[in-house]
Amino acid sequence: MNDFTLISATLPNGSVANIVVSNGFIAHIGAEVRGEQIDAQGLVALPGFVDLHTHLREPGFEQSETILTGTRAAALGGYTAVHAMANTHPVADTAGVVEQVKTLGDEAGYVQVQPIGAVTVGLEGKQLAELGAMAQSKAQVRVFSDDGKCVSDPVLMRRALAYVKSFGGVIAQHAQEPRLTENSQMHEGAVSSELGLAGWPAVAEESIIARDVLLAEAVGSRIHICHLSTAGSVEIVRWAKQRGINVTAEVTPHHLLLTDELARGYDPVFKVNPPLRTAADVMALREALVDGTIDIVATDHAPHPTESKDCEWAAAAFGMLGLETAASIAQDVLIESGASNWQRFADVMSTVPASISGIEGQGQPLEVGSAANIALIDPSAKRTIQDGGASKSDNQPYRGMTLPGAVIHTIFRGVFTVRDSKLSR
Amino acid sequence: MKNLLSASELSRDDIVRILDTANEMSGVNDREIKKLPTLRGKTVVNLFFEDSTRTRISFEVAAKRLSADVINFAAKGSSVSKGESLKDTAQTLEAMGADAVVIRHYASGAAHTLAHSGWINGAIVNAGDGTHEHPTQALLDAYTLRESVHGHAALGKGLDGLRVAIVGDIAHSRVARSNLTMLQALGAEVHLIAPATLLPGALASRASSFSYSLDESIACHHFDAIMMLRVQSERMSASFFPSEREYSKIWGLNAERLSRLGENTRVMHPGPMNRGLEIDATSADSKNSLVLRQVANGVSVRMAVLYELMAGGAQ
Repeated sequence: MNDFTLISATLPNGSVANIVVSNGFIAHIGAEVRGEQIDAQGLVALPGFVDLHTHLREPGFEQSETILTGTRAAALGGYTAVHAMANTHPVADTAGVVEQVKTLGDEAGYVQVQPIGAVTVGLEGKQLAELGAMAQSKAQVRVFSDDGKCVSDPVLMRRALAYVKSFGGVIAQHAQEPRLTENSQMHEGAVSSELGLAGWPAVAEESIIARDVLLAEAVGSRIHICHLSTAGSVEIVRWAKQRGINVTAEVTPHHLLLTDELARGYDPVFKVNPPLRTAADVMALREALVDGTIDIVATDHAPHPTESKDCEWAAAAFGMLGLETAASIAQDVLIESGASNWQRFADVMSTVPASISGIEGQGQPLEVGSAANIALIDPSAKRTIQDGGASKSDNQPYRGMTLPGAVIHTIFRGVFTVRDSKLSR
Repeated sequence: MKNLLSASELSRDDIVRILDTANEMSGVNDREIKKLPTLRGKTVVNLFFEDSTRTRISFEVAAKRLSADVINFAAKGSSVSKGESLKDTAQTLEAMGADAVVIRHYASGAAHTLAHSGWINGAIVNAGDGTHEHPTQALLDAYTLRESVHGHAALGKGLDGLRVAIVGDIAHSRVARSNLTMLQALGAEVHLIAPATLLPGALASRASSFSYSLDESIACHHFDAIMMLRVQSERMSASFFPSEREYSKIWGLNAERLSRLGENTRVMHPGPMNRGLEIDATSADSKNSLVLRQVANGVSVRMAVLYELMAGGAQ
């Protein structure tokens, strides 16, 4: 492994320094130069991004994405670790499946793939999956989620919250009251009324979050809320945090930028779960990401093949791509807005998601001794999104939009996975 | 105009022009030989993913009276039930040379998707998409109302100053959505009346007034017309209201309520009626009822729509 030096990179605190990488670790930050010199002037160096919510689709749905294609997209997006959601086929509800996912991730080699285990057998919400076995497997699972489905049974949720304390785990809840969202197609509101599409009311998310923060408090456990999408959810999480409840929350890039108005053309590329909400919700989510009520940005990258989106709205699948555009949208919310800074950016994209998950070697600050997981972005770049990028799927909601910033280099364990915005192999 | 997808894309002038054309078409329907050569050699496909004998027959008669060839494609028992997608079906019809596709679909937006997907080049007519819109129903309702109010002097006119109540399952009604938009475009006041479970705020806020009480509305307003919407029994099983008896008692039109409406208040219903539920026999068959005129005018209005979309481009 060759030593190299990133020359004149801007650090999250705004200072400019050379970063020397040696044997997969950061060996020096300052004026020193060692090995190959890579000009990083004008680029912001950040700890490699960590996605807590990625659908890599393998095993079972390889027509949408594979661990190889999904992690290539992740590397292009500046990620050095992703957490693979459990709704594969077979479901990642046993030690065997999570170990397979980890192994395929290691073989691909673009990012660290950390499997998420299902909370219940087959995501069916009836019986706890073998959480302990998954925790003790080679995959070392710590985050458990039935994402795509809500753990709606309060007894099961209570037991899961308590049980994972045994090995330092966390339940990541997909908050969606199932009865309130039967056959739901989009956010329930003025637009859904006009379009005649069955509504997904905000209260279906908020009532579950309210219940679950209280359950977490009662059980003395921690809980993570997936893809917060409403202003009301922000209020509940804010209240819970003030009360001292151990809750963390994520927001997706699309909920920070897009609104339900986009459904007016009935283009299913904008069909996603939870649905795109109103402009007022988007504003509340952006403020909450700035003020810390929301802890992290997580992509919910959800690839789908053409046939699942090239149809009438009701027949289409839920989900959109996100790995290659997330950093741009975080930059829009935190930096372009003038509301925050690159340190906060590093927190929401890397440090905090890594700490929620407990994943090792990720999310470390850029300092001597840290693993060399680094993303370098050019904040002055403007990109007009053309296609689905490296993903195997093409369900790109930002097509035609111009977004700020571009990932120039991604360094994973001291090796360039992306160099000059291109995959390095 | 290339397609007819929703009431909201029609201007007042568009609507009046179509209604005036329908007026001419109605003359054809009164003749001994009920046929015009206008669309000879053109093919109209009735693509119905949902049962609707009445609407389908209305379009079929309209197309045939304009001398078009008509193909009826019903989803049941066709390749659609074998898993063929809307896209494949549309491309098949395109390959067969359909000049217009009249689509009825259970998914809201299906007509819009068909028209904007690039799968097919022919004109698209929305004959009802899910709980979204049913623009030809609104056209025939407007036509019927205009005919009833203005008689032979109807040409060129709108519905200015008329006060129309729409009563019932607003939330799930494509007829209500299209009528709200179109009646307002023609200058009428629209008042919505429904149980709170079936009246979405966003639609209520677009109306001149909304109410949860039919009796209060009748007391407060003089309506020129009252449109009763069909209530589907699956709404009851989903707890939108407790029982048919209670619905009928509070929101149904009956002889007693009819007597409290104005002498000239017209009674309308898009059909098929649930007699005894949202409307009783006395009201449905009264001299105030325009229900049979609605059915008859459906053919003239649909002839006008097909003419507008298909004959315009050829000239």
